[in-house]
Amino acid sequence: MEKQWYTISVYSENNVGLLNRISGIFLKRHINIEGLNVSKSEIEHVSKFTIVVYTTEDWTRKIVQQIEKQVEVIKAFYHTDDEIIYQESALFKIASHLLFDERQIQNIIKESNSQIVTVNREFFVLAKTGRRHEIDEMHDALEPYGIMQFVRSGRIAVTKATMPITELLTEFQEN
Amino acid sequence: METLKAQKKEQQKQTTMRITGAEAIIQCLLAEGVDLIYGYPGGAIMPVYDELYKFQDRLTHILTRHEQGATHAAQGYARVTGKVGVAMATSGPGATNLVTGLADAQIDSTPMVCITGQVPRHLLGSDAFQETDIVGISTPVTKWNYQVTKVEEIPEIIAKAFYIAKSGRPGPVLVDITKNAQFDELDFSYEKCTGVRSYKPVPQPDPQAIEQAAELINKAKKPYIVFGQGVILGEAEAELKALVEKAGIPAAWTILGLSAMETDHPLNVGMVGMHGNYGPNVLTNECDVLVAIGMRFDDRVTGDLNTYAKQAKVIHFDIDPAEINKNVKADVAVLGNAKETLGMLLPLINENKHEAWLAEFEKKHQIEYNELIEKDIHPTKEGLTMGEVIEQINQASGQNAVIVSDVGQHQMIACRYAKFKQTKSNITSGGLGTMGFGLPAAIGAKMGAMDREVVAIIGDGGYQMTIQELGVIFQHNVPVKIVVLNNDHLGMVRQWQELFFDRRYASTVMTNPDFVKIAEGYHIQSRRVTERADLKEAVQEMMASKNPYFLEVKVEKEDNVFPMIPSGASVADIRLK
Ligand SMILES: Cc1ncc(C[n+]2csc(CCOP(=O)(O)OP(=O)(O)O)c2C)c(N)n1
Ligand SMILES: [Mg+2]
Repeated sequence: MEKQWYTISVYSENNVGLLNRISGIFLKRHINIEGLNVSKSEIEHVSKFTIVVYTTEDWTRKIVQQIEKQVEVIKAFYHTDDEIIYQESALFKIASHLLFDERQIQNIIKESNSQIVTVNREFFVLAKTGRRHEIDEMHDALEPYGIMQFVRSGRIAVTKATMPITELLTEFQEN
Repeated sequence: METLKAQKKEQQKQTTMRITGAEAIIQCLLAEGVDLIYGYPGGAIMPVYDELYKFQDRLTHILTRHEQGATHAAQGYARVTGKVGVAMATSGPGATNLVTGLADAQIDSTPMVCITGQVPRHLLGSDAFQETDIVGISTPVTKWNYQVTKVEEIPEIIAKAFYIAKSGRPGPVLVDITKNAQFDELDFSYEKCTGVRSYKPVPQPDPQAIEQAAELINKAKKPYIVFGQGVILGEAEAELKALVEKAGIPAAWTILGLSAMETDHPLNVGMVGMHGNYGPNVLTNECDVLVAIGMRFDDRVTGDLNTYAKQAKVIHFDIDPAEINKNVKADVAVLGNAKETLGMLLPLINENKHEAWLAEFEKKHQIEYNELIEKDIHPTKEGLTMGEVIEQINQASGQNAVIVSDVGQHQMIACRYAKFKQTKSNITSGGLGTMGFGLPAAIGAKMGAMDREVVAIIGDGGYQMTIQELGVIFQHNVPVKIVVLNNDHLGMVRQWQELFFDRRYASTVMTNPDFVKIAEGYHIQSRRVTERADLKEAVQEMMASKNPYFLEVKVEKEDNVFPMIPSGASVADIRLK
């Protein structure tokens, strides 16, 4: 079966041990977590994990079944990139002199739709939000000039289709 | 409604008492109907032991000689009673000694609650004396776990622990309680847990899936049932039997399903899996509809998945959605408690007989009987066989004993040849294959079913892993019957070495101590049998005894267990020799 990117969304109770429990499910099967984001969800006291993996659908489905089996997990889903609206963000720290020495850098900034967050004598910081490959492209473009620091966030995503979870969670809120 | 709630609150207030966390733990256990726990004391759990001392007339604590023994005893108790087993240990090494039992209970779906003491909250994370992150360590081997650091949490968390351990697909739960929470006081009141909002233990059965299952079964020419422990855990034995009889379907079992249906039932065709029976394995690849009930297609059951039952339509009954399509793709998945789903299925099933199909099982059985069963249970060669010992136990017990086995050749022989009339009677470590399980599990089983005979069948290797639990048998005069089938080898591993490693017997030959003397050291009546002529009488003497009894049988040193599906081979390629 073919590997591809899957975004797993997990709605759960807020519990300190749960991250350990969930990451163990991936660990056991040697599946790397490529991106992880934990935040609150649309419902109070319900957390949402957004986990990105690159694997087969079969493995993704089995992992989601195992995640959903955990007592504190309310519901888990997986989606392909086509089924979701998603964003990741990245920060690039670059030496300030390059802004003047390398004309090309200004073009990259413009074309990539990134923002300059801060500038000082030594360095400036670029922030870029977008799809994973857009960030990759920007990284590749800047790399030849030297990147002092780079960091990318976990993915955040919402689905294109309406989700049955919303009703389920509303029910939760009511009782 | 509102006034009722208010009244209830008022009542609760009146029934609260100001007690310590340690006493609260005992009160919780009593409220859960626990009257027996296994454990081992130490610094971080001493306040609870102090309360156990005060409550000893209502709550029996059995000091096992190792915390692993406490977990297996709790498991044995749980498996024979269907209730939650309870084990207790101190922090650090006490807690880590529970890990094997937790893993065993997790993979074999055994309801168990383990309570561990922990260093006081203010010392957490400081590498304090006997501090260990048992919640972190036990996460992959528990259904749920939790660290209590505030006394007020105790009633709610323990209630939740029992509920989670027992409901749905059962499993072990660990509650770690810091020492400050044991010393501090709270206004105690207890309310049983009846639900956790994020947790759906029993899926709602889908009538459509059940109709589809019925249709497949009704149309089948060669239907075949394989049942597992889900039948026992769901107390669906009667429904299973009714289905088997009404539809005339041959039924085979996994080792954890054993005893859910009486062995001598004409439609009970035997055991599947690596050392299972010939017909049940081979005919898996000839049936047209495979009905799996409360079993999880373990690799020891299926052999090579690419050649497993490919010709069959598969119907999978299970309570755990994560088991569906995990190993074998189901054409129809029926989620829910087996008692409920089989109950819904039954009226849709046509009465039927599949005589020609059943005859194929009989034919295969004849081949297996002539080729090896007869030689196993009625041997004519000089050395004693494990099979003949089990056969003697069947005769002496009237097939009514609880059989607890350890892990190895003797376990496979016990599961192959022990006969059962009652459910919840075969207790063995299936999924984890934990050597050392047998002796402590037999203690728990006996204490859970004092009115029944409990016979432990143990190898000379595994026996020495938890032999110290003879101390419990002696101290509390627990009348278990212990049979050590001594082949002076780690027999199962030696068998693999013989078959697959050119007889290089690396570390599988043992020079054993005098087991009879050891048992005598614990003042347990004991006997050794080395000749066939003495076997029957010795087994009868053991079964007639009202006290604990130890029987060592010196069996052939290099016998093998057959049939066997070599690992990775197909069920169809099971070897008879
Ligand atoms: C704790 C543990 N360690 C190792 C094993 C691997 N193992 C499986 S069977 C076996 C041999 C058991 O020997 P014995 O108890 O004498 O039983 P026999 O096979 O001889 O009947 C071993 C070492 C195991 N299952 N459990
Ligand atoms: Mg042995």
